[in-house]
Amino acid sequence: MTTQKTPLEDAVSQPIAASTSTGDAPAGPERRHGRSRLTAGQLPKWTPYAVGAAALVLSAAIMALIGFNVAGWVIIAAIAYVVGMYAVTLIRENRRKATDGLWRNLIIGAFLIALVPLISVMWTVISNGWQGITQPGFFASDMQGITGKYDRAAQAGEGPILGGIAHALVGTLLITAATTIISVPIGLLASIYLVEYSNDNLFSKIIRFFVDVMTGIPSIVAGLFAAGFMLAVFSFFGAAPGAQTIGLSAAIALSVIMIPIVVRSTEEMLRVVPNELREASAALGVRKWRTTLKVVLPTAISGIASGVTLAIARVVGETAPILVTAGFTVATNWNLVKDWMMALPVYIYYQLTTPTAPQAPEPSMIRAWGGALVLIILVMLLNLLARAVAKWLAPKTAGR
Amino acid sequence: MTTVTAPSPLTAGEKGRAGDKFFSGLTFAAGGLILVVLLFVTVFLVVNAYPALIAGADELPSQTSFFEYVWPLVLGTLLAAGLALLMATPVAIGVALFISHVAPRKLAKPVGYVIDLLAAIPSVVYGAWGMLFLAPLLVPIYDWLHRYLGWIPLFNDPSATGRTILTAAIVLAVMILPIITALSREIFVQTPKLHEEAALALGATRWEMIKMSVLPFARPGVVSAIMLGLGRALGETMAVALVLSSGALTWGLLAEGNNTIPAEIAANFPEASGLRYNELIAAGLALFLITLVVNLAARWIVNRHKEFSGAN
Repeated sequence: MTTQKTPLEDAVSQPIAASTSTGDAPAGPERRHGRSRLTAGQLPKWTPYAVGAAALVLSAAIMALIGFNVAGWVIIAAIAYVVGMYAVTLIRENRRKATDGLWRNLIIGAFLIALVPLISVMWTVISNGWQGITQPGFFASDMQGITGKYDRAAQAGEGPILGGIAHALVGTLLITAATTIISVPIGLLASIYLVEYSNDNLFSKIIRFFVDVMTGIPSIVAGLFAAGFMLAVFSFFGAAPGAQTIGLSAAIALSVIMIPIVVRSTEEMLRVVPNELREASAALGVRKWRTTLKVVLPTAISGIASGVTLAIARVVGETAPILVTAGFTVATNWNLVKDWMMALPVYIYYQLTTPTAPQAPEPSMIRAWGGALVLIILVMLLNLLARAVAKWLAPKTAGR
Repeated sequence: MTTVTAPSPLTAGEKGRAGDKFFSGLTFAAGGLILVVLLFVTVFLVVNAYPALIAGADELPSQTSFFEYVWPLVLGTLLAAGLALLMATPVAIGVALFISHVAPRKLAKPVGYVIDLLAAIPSVVYGAWGMLFLAPLLVPIYDWLHRYLGWIPLFNDPSATGRTILTAAIVLAVMILPIITALSREIFVQTPKLHEEAALALGATRWEMIKMSVLPFARPGVVSAIMLGLGRALGETMAVALVLSSGALTWGLLAEGNNTIPAEIAANFPEASGLRYNELIAAGLALFLITLVVNLAARWIVNRHKEFSGAN
């Protein structure tokens, strides 16, 4: 360790020394070849590379002292680079240039830091999830009859990992479909009221304000509301307590989350429809409701559809409201109004927190990662679909 | 109007008028329904929380009064969200500035899209990532922090699993980062071009231009973006429920313990009955009120500065 230290430190000091000496030259009376007076006071173009290399070497030296690992190496090198660039610019140029460079580097650094978790999440989910979704019958089977016995065997390598996400997929699709059916008409009509009929009266201001408030409701509170509401409804009709834990309750909880999103995006889209279209339609003697349905909505449909798709993508990944309203189950349930229902996010949650075989959690983890991969793919597809829909349905711009 | 017997085709058709009335009534009803739903949310929370609020200490499952039960949870929620905000805000503003003012045009658009994708990843996936990948990764770092900074009470007894309030806060930070970024970026790009060009023409460097024209212009918008991010972090359930190995309130960031209201509800609600059910709903009501205050404050800041932003 100690013998390596000196040559490494020598290497560190060299590039900085080199940059200082070349920087000196243009300041003298005889200009160096290729540098004009305009760029005279500036650092040479290769300075960042030199400082970067020096930072990497310096960081390697420090890591060699305290034990090498790649993450620490990169982090210390990045800090050394930022500090080094600041020092070099401060010495060769001026404080203002140095501050400018410092903040520029920090902003780029913030961006790189933000990329780390994204890449890490995607990598973890894809690499672990791949093993999950390639298990035989992962999409076709539910968890009925899958006991700890099979998981222990699978972990010991004596059998395949059984069980799958069929019941969770069915639940997610049904609950999301029901949510969409509830939320989209209400959201669409409410935003039509806000844009076309309200004339910005007090009532519309109140609605707009509370829609903003609703977007901030924690999802679990929406779940609690739906649970309490359905309990009240069911006990009013004399059903046994507990009968309200059904898929429809979850759909109502998710609607509380989805409606404000739909209203916000649709309202924005309706507002950008040019007023000339409405006026032209009115001038032709068309009634307002027909104008709204036949002129305004078709013009805005691309934005509305993509907003709705994004809202669906948002509620597909919600866990907490489904957890407290629809419960969880191991069997496939096609009935929205009877019995507990599993959804994909809840499935992941339960596989992680309560593994099927507590002594052998590995198969449960693999199933959870598989579910997570499917969920991410689902959400990404919806996001892409939203963009595609916006393109397909965009009003034809030709001829104007 | 003059022809009484034969109305013109334009005004004819009671059917059309009825359609108009019906449709406008329908849209009005939908708008009203939203208010009713929000009213219902409040009413049902209050009604269901009431028994737990008035119950004596000996009746409640936790054998303490509701307020003694809920205040550690409230503190835990605020602690996790505050830490997350502390970590996410500088990075988020940096990324927003990167997209709006630093990155080359060609790069800015895909980067914005990537950040939006970060926002689209479901919370349970972040939770799984934090629980199974991030927490074990952080254990040696926590040990290191404890060894060198252990004299600060915050860094006492590090957890062996890494599933601590700090890990949960890191996951929350990752989750609210895209929200703050997206909102701040929208404000940053609205900075009047003339302000920026004037600053540059006076010889300002790029950072000085950002400091003198972009940041003062965007301050209220950024503050409200941060508040909205805070609201999201306060209400986030799954990441905390999965990552944190919960326990009693503690100031040790590296120790197991602490819990947040949403995680407490998610973990206990499916099996809850009787007064426990009311108690959890009352905790949800507390959370609702906290997030309501935060969100209203954010909206208030935006509205107060509305006339100054945008088109001037």
